[in-house]
Amino acid sequence: MTDQAEPTTWVGRSLPRFEDPAILRGWGTYVADIAAHDHGCLYAVFVRSPLASGVLREVSAPAHVRMITAADLAEVHPIAPALTRPDYVTVETPILAHDVVRFVGEPVALVLGDTPAEAEDAAELVSVEIDPLPPVLDASAAVLPDSPLVHPADFPGDPNTVVDGRITTGGYDEVSRGAAHTVEIEVSCSRQSAMPMEARASHAAYDRGSGRVTLSTTTQMPHVVRTGIADCLGIPEDDLRVIAPDVGGGFGAKMALAREDVALVHTARRLRRNLAWVETREENFLASWHSREQRYRVTGSFTEAGELVALGADIVADVGAYSCYPVTYGVEPLMAMAELPGPYRVAEYAVRARAVLSNKCPIAPYRGVSRPVQTLAMERLMDVAALQLGIDRLELRELNLVRDYPHRGPSGLIIDESSHLEALARAAELMDVEEFRERQRAALAQGRYLGQGFSCFAERTGYGTPAFAARSMVITPGYEQVQLAFDPSGGLVLRIGASPHGQGLRTSLAQVVADELGVDPGVVRVVHSDTDQTPYGWGSFGSRAMVIAGGATRRAGADLRDKVTRIAADMMECDPADVELAEGRATVRGTDRSVSIPDITRRAFHSSHLLAEDDVPGLDTTAFYNPGGTFSNAVHAAEVEVEASSGHVRITRFLVVEDAGVLVNPQIVEGQVRGGIAQGIANALYEELIYDDAGNLVTTSLMDFLPPTMQEVPQIEIHHLHSHSDQTITGAKGVGEGGTIGAPGAVLNAVSDALSPLGVGFTHMPVTPAMVRTAIRSATETTHSSTTSGGTR
Amino acid sequence: MNQVPLRLYVNGERHDVTVEPRKTLADVLREDCGLTGTHLGCEHGVCGACTILADGQPIRACLMFAVQAEGMSLRTVEGLAPDDEELHPVQRAFWKHHGLQCGFCTPGFLMLAAGTLEEDPDRSDEELVDILSSNLCRCTGYQNILTATKAAAAEMRE
Amino acid sequence: MKPSSFEYVRPESLAETLDLLHQDPEESKVLAGGQSLVPMMNFRLARPSRLIDINRVPGLAGTRVEGDRLVIGTRTRHLAVQNMSGADPLARLLRSAAAHVGHLPIRTRGTFGGSLAHSDAASEWCLIARLLDATMVVESRARGRREIPAADFFLSIFTTAMEPDELLVEVSLPRLGDEHRTGFAEFARRAGDFAIVAVTTDLAVEKGVVTHARVCIGGVADTPFRSGAAEATLVGQRLDDDIATSPLARAAAEAAASEVDPPSDAHGDAPYRRDLVRAMLTSSLAQGVAR
Repeated sequence: MTDQAEPTTWVGRSLPRFEDPAILRGWGTYVADIAAHDHGCLYAVFVRSPLASGVLREVSAPAHVRMITAADLAEVHPIAPALTRPDYVTVETPILAHDVVRFVGEPVALVLGDTPAEAEDAAELVSVEIDPLPPVLDASAAVLPDSPLVHPADFPGDPNTVVDGRITTGGYDEVSRGAAHTVEIEVSCSRQSAMPMEARASHAAYDRGSGRVTLSTTTQMPHVVRTGIADCLGIPEDDLRVIAPDVGGGFGAKMALAREDVALVHTARRLRRNLAWVETREENFLASWHSREQRYRVTGSFTEAGELVALGADIVADVGAYSCYPVTYGVEPLMAMAELPGPYRVAEYAVRARAVLSNKCPIAPYRGVSRPVQTLAMERLMDVAALQLGIDRLELRELNLVRDYPHRGPSGLIIDESSHLEALARAAELMDVEEFRERQRAALAQGRYLGQGFSCFAERTGYGTPAFAARSMVITPGYEQVQLAFDPSGGLVLRIGASPHGQGLRTSLAQVVADELGVDPGVVRVVHSDTDQTPYGWGSFGSRAMVIAGGATRRAGADLRDKVTRIAADMMECDPADVELAEGRATVRGTDRSVSIPDITRRAFHSSHLLAEDDVPGLDTTAFYNPGGTFSNAVHAAEVEVEASSGHVRITRFLVVEDAGVLVNPQIVEGQVRGGIAQGIANALYEELIYDDAGNLVTTSLMDFLPPTMQEVPQIEIHHLHSHSDQTITGAKGVGEGGTIGAPGAVLNAVSDALSPLGVGFTHMPVTPAMVRTAIRSATETTHSSTTSGGTR
Repeated sequence: MNQVPLRLYVNGERHDVTVEPRKTLADVLREDCGLTGTHLGCEHGVCGACTILADGQPIRACLMFAVQAEGMSLRTVEGLAPDDEELHPVQRAFWKHHGLQCGFCTPGFLMLAAGTLEEDPDRSDEELVDILSSNLCRCTGYQNILTATKAAAAEMRE
Repeated sequence: MKPSSFEYVRPESLAETLDLLHQDPEESKVLAGGQSLVPMMNFRLARPSRLIDINRVPGLAGTRVEGDRLVIGTRTRHLAVQNMSGADPLARLLRSAAAHVGHLPIRTRGTFGGSLAHSDAASEWCLIARLLDATMVVESRARGRREIPAADFFLSIFTTAMEPDELLVEVSLPRLGDEHRTGFAEFARRAGDFAIVAVTTDLAVEKGVVTHARVCIGGVADTPFRSGAAEATLVGQRLDDDIATSPLARAAAEAAASEVDPPSDAHGDAPYRRDLVRAMLTSSLAQGVAR
């Protein structure tokens, strides 16, 4: 629970969310609901490639099947997201495949039906002829000279290599050569799916009068979707309105432009009809963005005393067959390259980070992007080094954690005021390491394996344009703007460019406004996720909305407060400095003279001739915020019991000490942390997307891809620290991704700790029961057992 | 096309619809009865977003054809609250304890919890965890769903 | 994820059901709980042209005792089995296995007979039917009633010895005396999922000595696998109180693990399944003794 006392401001209170009553009554409006209520719309089904790689010879269907193929989209531009880095190779994504198919699930044709079932019936009649080609399925083979190419591009370096980033600090070679200890590990992660509970869906409504299309779609970034589609279709953006109604979770998988949406809008315009597409769960696994298939070779150079003086890394991300718009397939390797050192002071750094194409579903960001794997790499490195150097693992971390702020890391990132040492000390105390060691020994004597693991991380949040510009993005996201306006009756509307989909921003931002204007947060209506109704913005992703949209909101509130105060002072003939706003009234401080907000707004709109000469009529403002970014931080700690006979891992305790600065709504913050940890645990122990040797996805149902249930996710204890950073206007730091980032390192360290008596350790996630058993079996069958198929100890 | 007339009783109201037998109960509730509070997350019975009550018992509405539901008393999330002012104790508890984020899985969890607790509010924590493990949630990490369900149970026991 | 088109019929008697099956046996599929069939239809992996819904046919649900047999109607829901009364070893075994069948909203609809007719080699009821040498009572208009012993019933995954025009009407299980020690253990990575490996055991114990042993394993073959080797290892041996760590359990587990020839797939390779056979067999034996 929060350590703060009940505050006197709205900010800091666990206000129940304004979003909830409608959702709880079943009155939410998700995209598929719009389609369900539109009895006149046609349903689209996408026919998808059954092969990983091949030459597309022919797509044909009986005459009565209403089918759209690439030939019908000749005038539509492909999606071609780009970075201006010299090592970046741009590949184009056609809206529907033509000539070549590049992954199982790639859309080849769009088929229409009067009902979803009839559209499926029609899709079954489509015949797709493909001459198979050998697929590229393994990143290490893909970069070899004789590898087939996923795209016939001009690769400046190795084949299929579309990003090849490097940083080497001046002293790296010398320092790493001279180090007392060198610790090398290889860390990897299976492909992941963000798997929001709501798969993707879109409804394109064509308005005959205006010729405009209103696209309701499951996106985290409606304005960017509008830009992307308008650019593909070559139409003015205003011909398209994009709405993200209630969105059933995104976690990053809904922040990339969908080819399906471009096809749908184009077809709706051409047919002048309303169209709907509701993705199935199977399609969601096949074609809706994967993530995190990464391998890290990490070398840590330590002094005798344990100081990490140099860090080397070779990072390869298997990014699938195409890029993603707007962040590109550079997102994983380039984030890993910039942020791998995390919370540790590393003076010398040499890193190579590559994105390699394959004939698999393209990747897009997923909660934490590279950081769950980065953090796993650093935290396993710390534990392995601690064993190798004979230093206590927490002391080793303490020795190397950033302690002075701001701290400039070797890639140029600046960590603002944080609390790494405090968080570690607190976590160690709460987990009572000594007491645990006793329990662990006692259990081992009975043949039971208990383990405890820690994971420290710095979560870069609220990236503004400078952070994205550093990645040389052609489309550079970052800022947010908001419009805050009173209406004449005193009603208050905040319009934001961010696009929440479960984060409770309507509540948190209302709390921020309420404090600035002395009103009840219940009167603040927050409008979002509609390009006709909101200022241009980048949406909700990357732990950014509360920092950036929150900062802009506070600025807007302050601006409007000045104007309200001025008018009130005029009305009450007092000094504006003496006016105080509270409980919906402006009062002359220390008196009972007051006017209500509606009195003031009426004057601003309807008696504007009484306003000061330089005041414009009305009461509204637009504010903007573009921060450099701020770091939240946390330590995660897990206790596990490993059942040796089955390989089953049970998490018996999970603790978080986290620092997200000011908590605007602590209950919402804790919800983000817990939900993130559940996904981190899922990543660590349960979930993986598996392709077979022919490039077929094997895990296409929820019986094969295993999101954990309530039985598998433990109760999570949360403790807060509150550092004061001047890098965020509200004092809030982002928390959306932290849970997912920290949990895998803690879990894998705990499992490895549990099995350390057998010399077994794990560096690949997820760690499945079968892997645990295999490792135990080989450790107990052979006498010398320092390494296992699970990885380095 | 193979359409059949069908009379369904949902939340105490009669719905006369004409549907194909292949249409699942979830789809008919959503498209023909206009009750889109019942969500579809997987259509193969694992996620539980479409959980509703049929004759008081939780079922997966994606694994039953609407024609099979003729004569049954069906209850969906829209029928949980007594009226537009009051919420059902389970809804109130989910609100108070932040048992939802994106809200997509919420109707399924509410129906599962409400059906279970209306039958017997006196359930052990272990039983509740077992029952609530029937459905998937991707946002909350489940803890607040359990807290909320326990709070609702306590209220319903009174 | 929408099924292909079918004709829906809802007979109101057993005779009518059998007539319908008789008319068009190849293209018809019986719909009971639908918890396995409907997902397959949604994926269009199953596309029957006619569904015969037996949910309104009287007399197909419920359990009754007939002498030393327990008869379970084909349409008895998993939940009804889980809520069965009785303190005898069979009732306890059935209840404990029922708790592993999917989740509550699956158990309210899914049926005992439907699960058997589906013939998934890892499913709880198939294992128990094979463990206890149940008798399947099937009926058709052409051939009337006949009984199929469990040993002959399961032919392969999704395939039974029933003819297409036959309906599984009920299943008869032997009641177990107090000398029986039954157990059921399964391993799934996630609550409610199909087991990777499941083991169920039934020992008759007199004066501390195993006089009769049955061991049935799921997840290692196309059909529920009776481990003769494990059974032979157990019979005639004295049971320790702490069976889980006893040499006898270890020997039985090893015997079973050596005997099975499990498949490898995404859920587990063959060596892992053998490990799970050892672990689950031990756990099932321990359950029996703990009672």
